[in-house]
Amino acid sequence: MSTESLDAGASAPIPIANRESRRTVYRHPLPIRIMHWINVVALTLMFLSGLQIFNAHPSLYWGNRSDEGTAIFALGAREDAAGKLQGATRIGKHEFTTTGVLGVSNGSDGSPQVRGFPSWLTVPGPQWLAMGRRWHFFFAWVFVLNGLCYVGYAIATRHLQRDLWPTGADWRGIGRSIVDHLRFKHPHGDEALRYNILQRLAYLTVIFVFGVGIVLMGLAMSPRMDAVLSPLVEAVGGRQSARTIHFIIAWGFVAFVLIHVFEVLITGVFNQLRGMITGYYAIDASPRDTQPPAAEVVSSEDRPHD
Amino acid sequence: MTDRRSFLRMTMVGAAGVLVVGCDRISRTLWGPDVLGQAEGLNRRVQALLSPSGSMAKEYTEADISPVFHPNGTTMPATPAYQALLADNFRDYKLQVDGLVRRPASLSIDQLKRLDTRTQITRHDCVEGWSAIGKWQGTALSAVLDHVGVDPRARFVVFHCFDEMEEDTPYYESIDLTEARHPQTLLAFALNDKPLPVPNGAPLRLRIGRQLGYKQAKYLARIELVSSLEDIGDGNGGYWEDQGYEWYAGI
Repeated sequence: MSTESLDAGASAPIPIANRESRRTVYRHPLPIRIMHWINVVALTLMFLSGLQIFNAHPSLYWGNRSDEGTAIFALGAREDAAGKLQGATRIGKHEFTTTGVLGVSNGSDGSPQVRGFPSWLTVPGPQWLAMGRRWHFFFAWVFVLNGLCYVGYAIATRHLQRDLWPTGADWRGIGRSIVDHLRFKHPHGDEALRYNILQRLAYLTVIFVFGVGIVLMGLAMSPRMDAVLSPLVEAVGGRQSARTIHFIIAWGFVAFVLIHVFEVLITGVFNQLRGMITGYYAIDASPRDTQPPAAEVVSSEDRPHD
Repeated sequence: MTDRRSFLRMTMVGAAGVLVVGCDRISRTLWGPDVLGQAEGLNRRVQALLSPSGSMAKEYTEADISPVFHPNGTTMPATPAYQALLADNFRDYKLQVDGLVRRPASLSIDQLKRLDTRTQITRHDCVEGWSAIGKWQGTALSAVLDHVGVDPRARFVVFHCFDEMEEDTPYYESIDLTEARHPQTLLAFALNDKPLPVPNGAPLRLRIGRQLGYKQAKYLARIELVSSLEDIGDGNGGYWEDQGYEWYAGI
């Protein structure tokens, strides 16, 4: 960012001025912070216990039935020529050898076991469907109630309308925003406080498509709920389709979390974490081009990244 | 780069591992499963609210029937009592109905067929995740209950089965009277227009429209009406319930 001449001209007062030019703003109110971290716990445990439940029948189908030979995705095992267990992942007609992670992985005693997802990715670790269901359905309530509180709060405080719903200007800037994201270029100063269009779309999708969708698909797997939800079940293709969509959305959440955490890492992980823990978030108050070489004065998390 | 990548992978696997180990510890405490299990009561009450007790499971058409109705759990009970009945093609089979009833009875399949029977094509959802659709013909359990007369003290219907899961641990299940009187709760004697095959529970099995497969007890020997489930098995209302599964299997 800085030119040589600017670097050379970075005399003593500038760092001080720069220090003063950073200000801290109260960005995330307490209820949002609490709900965010509850959601982290609930989503993590639901994902891990969900993989435990999936392992009880590690195949996915489309429609209402799971007839043999009709799986569209399956984690399984086969024996190689030497009689050793091999993990096999099948997607449609394509089969991949995934020994060690999918299909066959080492159990806690170190010996290879036939199981869909490995024990370090399931709650509980060993094959234990009944306990996996307990974790899943307990945290399902935490997830749903927390989500309802969040949406209620976001509407009541106009967080949803003001910060998440895209404006006309947001939509017009979508091309620019995509290019900026691809170049890992992030806004500074007051602009960093505003959610950009891709952030808005990502959050809205995660809340209203993934969040609502995964809960509905979960309910669509419940035989008791199907007595009243059968139009929904049939609309998505059947109970096994609902199970498949539930699984895909779960991985959609994983994809979101990976991108979310990546963006947090490259936009100043400590500043961002502080924002979501204490509420306070530091931004530059002065235009970026007057900044001195970053390393000398500001801690690494505040460094501009391009 | 490879080093960093493998370090990152190790870190992620390590973090997940620590979390899983922590959850395993909680799963093995006395309080952990109890706390987590609190959700079951909530599920039962909320689902009863959203899907009233009279709501009906979807009934499918002949075209939707599974080519093979996958049998799970026991597929051939080994007990001498069952083997003797099977040798004679269940000619001497009688379902015993007793407990808190006014007129205990022993009913043959023919006698059951003379009560209120029903045919329905419904989906069977296993707790493991798979589903199959079958055409069931059977006697409405409510008709059997009316036939024997239910004592007002009775709250649950317990199904005792011929098959043993472990030595001296026969399969059993239970439902409440509301579920027992639901029109889709059948004592099924036929699957897909044929007498119930042995792997699917011959000669008589329970069919409940709105609960998971493990509730649908196969190889029925005896039906008992009780006021409490405490003294049966380990007291949780069913063989799988005694292994930690939920008694309410609507989800």
